[in-house]
Amino acid sequence: MTPASLYALVGVGLIVLGLYALSVHAHLLRKLLAFNVTGSGVFLVLVGLARRTPAAAADPVPQAMVLTGIVVAVAATALAVVLMLRVQATCGRAALNDDLGTLEPLQPPPTPPAGGPAASAGSAEGAPPALTGTTAHAP
Amino acid sequence: MIPNLASPGWAVALIFIPLLGAMLAFLLPRIGVTLGLLAAVLTAGSVLPLLPMLAAHGATNIRIGGWGAPLGIELSIDGLTMAMLAMTALVGIAVSAYATCYLRPVPSRPDGQPDLQQRHFWPLWLVLWAALNALFLSSDIFNLYVTLELLGLAAVALTALSGGADALNGAMRYLLVSLLGSLGYLLGVALLYHAYGTLDLGLLALRVGDETVTRAALGAMTAGLLVKTALFPLHFWLPPAHASASAPVSALLSALVVKASFYLLLRLWLTLFGDLDSGLATLLGVLGAIAILWGSIQALRQARLKLLIAYSTVAQIGYLFLAFPLAATGGAVVWGAAVYLVLSHALAKAAMFLTAGSLLRFGAHDRIADLDRVVHRLPITIGAFTLAGVSIMGLPPSGGFIGKWLLLQAAFSQGRWGLALVMLAGGLLAAAYVFKVIGYAFTPAVVPHQAGLVPPTMEWTALALGAGAILLGFAWPLLWPLLEIGMPFGALAPDPGAAVGPWLGGPRILAP
Amino acid sequence: MPDTRSTSVPGTVRARALPAGPGPTARLILLLLLAAVLVGLATAVLSLPPVAPGLGAVVTEHLPASGVEHPVTAVLLNFRGYDTLLELAVLWLALLAVWSLTPAPLAHEPTANPMLAALNQLLAPLMILVAGYLLWNGGHAPGGAFQAGAVLGATGVLLHLSGRRLPRAVDGWPLRLALLLGVALFSLIGLAVMAGGAPFLTYPPASAGGLILAIEAAATLSIAATLAALFLGGRP
Repeated sequence: MTPASLYALVGVGLIVLGLYALSVHAHLLRKLLAFNVTGSGVFLVLVGLARRTPAAAADPVPQAMVLTGIVVAVAATALAVVLMLRVQATCGRAALNDDLGTLEPLQPPPTPPAGGPAASAGSAEGAPPALTGTTAHAP
Repeated sequence: MIPNLASPGWAVALIFIPLLGAMLAFLLPRIGVTLGLLAAVLTAGSVLPLLPMLAAHGATNIRIGGWGAPLGIELSIDGLTMAMLAMTALVGIAVSAYATCYLRPVPSRPDGQPDLQQRHFWPLWLVLWAALNALFLSSDIFNLYVTLELLGLAAVALTALSGGADALNGAMRYLLVSLLGSLGYLLGVALLYHAYGTLDLGLLALRVGDETVTRAALGAMTAGLLVKTALFPLHFWLPPAHASASAPVSALLSALVVKASFYLLLRLWLTLFGDLDSGLATLLGVLGAIAILWGSIQALRQARLKLLIAYSTVAQIGYLFLAFPLAATGGAVVWGAAVYLVLSHALAKAAMFLTAGSLLRFGAHDRIADLDRVVHRLPITIGAFTLAGVSIMGLPPSGGFIGKWLLLQAAFSQGRWGLALVMLAGGLLAAAYVFKVIGYAFTPAVVPHQAGLVPPTMEWTALALGAGAILLGFAWPLLWPLLEIGMPFGALAPDPGAAVGPWLGGPRILAP
Repeated sequence: MPDTRSTSVPGTVRARALPAGPGPTARLILLLLLAAVLVGLATAVLSLPPVAPGLGAVVTEHLPASGVEHPVTAVLLNFRGYDTLLELAVLWLALLAVWSLTPAPLAHEPTANPMLAALNQLLAPLMILVAGYLLWNGGHAPGGAFQAGAVLGATGVLLHLSGRRLPRAVDGWPLRLALLLGVALFSLIGLAVMAGGAPFLTYPPASAGGLILAIEAAATLSIAATLAALFLGGRP
């Protein structure tokens, strides 16, 4: 086993470790850290194997790719942290909700308009009366 | 400088007009909407000069920086890329027009909310458009990774834009899934580069062989892209994200963003992995079949319109994956059918989400059971929904019909009765959920509507997209030769025009 | 500025417990799956030949025409400059997204510690000097725009933490311009060379070095501003 493949194997280990933590932990910060561990694993595979050149210098192209990848990961992590803080502020905890739509309806259900002020905002003149008043469906 | 009308520089314009537009809209937020709309028109217009260029010169490569592969990055345009660019332009321009109305502050709701939304919408949406075009054009697998990340982050930011707990939650889940998918793809890139010493798709296609490392790359990249494309059972993130975003954003996500990762998977499959006999094609087909049934049944069970449409996307994505097992013997026509489904679903699904936005604006809710004879008040909107529904169901003469008919025919001729049955059942279920919505639109409800103002632009853009999905059904004789330019699907196939039926046949306008 | 978009005011939302993780059966299945992934990837990595040329030789061959002496900088700014351009766009996009999410900056209590302020007064000029050195160094040795931008951004964060704020005059469009200067200048130079009929981003060989330095300088400023602004979390 060459040093290059050793680095790559450590990278593979980090990937799997990160994937495990990502699936097991519920807290979003832990998920983010796990994602970054997986990301580091991928970068290590990418840059570790660059050492296999016959010449003394490592292949510069994977190094450039990893630099690009790191900046992308930084940007993504920054966005994710801010999004996590917003989720915590809005939902009360930094975790994903499994139940969809139970937190709040998309829009509050319309209360029957008293005197129909909302209905008067309608676009079409001469609309069917069923749409413009509360009494239309009265038995 | 007078740009040559047939210059491949227009491909670069397709990436940089929206990007520079986004920067200007960010820099000058007061006139951001005007700048954004202008950039949208110019971007959509830049697709047009590429058509004659492609027809005249065939598939073209552009060497960025003048280096060429393997040292530099190349862009490439063939028929498949052209179709995706045109699809993006059509949906993009319609959604842009719609968004100017939808996000405009309404006088009756003076909380200033849409104002902030609109201010951020334009730069984000233009970056998303630039990322889509860059992804479709790139032929360098690492550059594709960067475009994939640009696309994913822009899509997440747009999802979260509507605020609210559901949207933030959906966006967070979407972000994690999207980042994970990108990492899977990047791992594949790393393995392929270290095995074959190049990042260029064209060169890789020449060098790639059936080796362990290729199979590992295939697994990692496919898994990453499947998560992003939301194929069952990796679809769990899609309905929350697509249903909780604001309507124009939902339209963009469902119509375009999901298609971008599917396109990338298709491109990789066609150039690199197609010859690998890995059994993966069968697996993708089975998952696609389950997605059709599961997504359709879930759509039928939803009480909210936007969730119904989102689950319909899960089902329609399933159809795309049926092409993988069928193409093994069905060849280029099957891939053509899948691309046709991508195009028609993009138009139809964008129309549906825009319709949902109009109904939301009108009634301040999207509960299907309370649609309350809305057809009297918004006939154009319901008309748009119906046209889109015809294409989703796969009824003639829509674009969806062509795609599904060709897939069905391939399934019959190969004796794959199971897949054929699933396709037929999916069509019936789609009819059920589309007619459920239309039915309630004709039925009086217990709770009356609020009846908000819906600007005509919002109604007509949805109708235009819905009509586009139908018209696509007549465009096959024109579009098939276009798709074949550069032979993205491999060897030339027998003329499928005959398969579609003589009533759709016509003169070939664009000879390859 | 009050947050008008969230449906509930932060602070009034009741804190809720975290959901439970997966059960033992689910964990076992997950572990088995991940073990398969581990074995598959390790086999693939070990199957690679121990020696591979990569693109190092091609890069070395074209290095004299790139305008810089360091191979990684040549790849980043010239051979694969388009990647770097899009990456600057990603960074800018992240900031755009963060600003759209949080109308107000995250709360950072300014530390009114005289020691900290004094230390920062010493550190800030030094760090700016280091950033300039890293930027210049990138042409022939490890270094470059990202390293320089990170140091400069950290300077901004330190100054912010010790209570310094941007003057009102540069808070608006000058700040926004600084944030996108890197990606904007990169794009415009790339498009400008197309006037002569060259493909996008083809630097004229004679002026490649100067153009790359200009792009790197602009990128350093943008990266620094973006990283500092990302730390603040909202529109300052």
